[in-house]
Amino acid sequence: MNNRLKVLRAERDWSQSDLAERLAVSRQSVNAIETGKYDPSLPLAFRISELFELPIEAIFSSPTKG
Amino acid sequence: MTRYKSPAMRKYVIRLAVLMTIYLITLFAAVTAFRGNMVSGPAAYALAVLPALPIIGVFWAVMRLLVEEPDEFVRMLLVRQTLVATGFCLTVMTIWEFLQNFDLVPQGSNGFGAAFFWFIGLGVGALYNRITVGSSGGDCA
Repeated sequence: MNNRLKVLRAERDWSQSDLAERLAVSRQSVNAIETGKYDPSLPLAFRISELFELPIEAIFSSPTKG
Repeated sequence: MTRYKSPAMRKYVIRLAVLMTIYLITLFAAVTAFRGNMVSGPAAYALAVLPALPIIGVFWAVMRLLVEEPDEFVRMLLVRQTLVATGFCLTVMTIWEFLQNFDLVPQGSNGFGAAFFWFIGLGVGALYNRITVGSSGGDCA
């Protein structure tokens, strides 16, 4: 699933570790989500959405709609 | 880059160290007692089983780690790792058993039982995660 996490993080000048700390997950998790190797659970997707103050669909693209 | 270590992972490492220490002590005690013909009857059975208990404890520690690990991605890696370990162990033991059934390899396991191959499988699982996801998760091996 494609996402804008890397762009949003760069806009705020956060490293992967900074974002991981804010989300209370490992840096590995942030890296895996950014590179599309792992799709976060709905609760984690909501945490990401709340952190960036954006709706989920503004961060993650639907895998069926592209 | 710092290696991820959650409180659950730290707890697992401590549990593993304690269980391995108990294993070495009980194994040494059992080997010494049996070599010296110091035990017989029901006590011999109890002593023979004693070193197996900390090994069973390691299975418990791994399963507790799967429950206690808070990071969902690391937890997924650990689940994959243990599934690969289980598959690897069952595959090796099944092949070995059939080779024994047709007398192509000697009977007995020379001490290399299912647990040994499961632990080897954890290493294979970590490698599998590293190759497929680019991350091996934690130190569960």
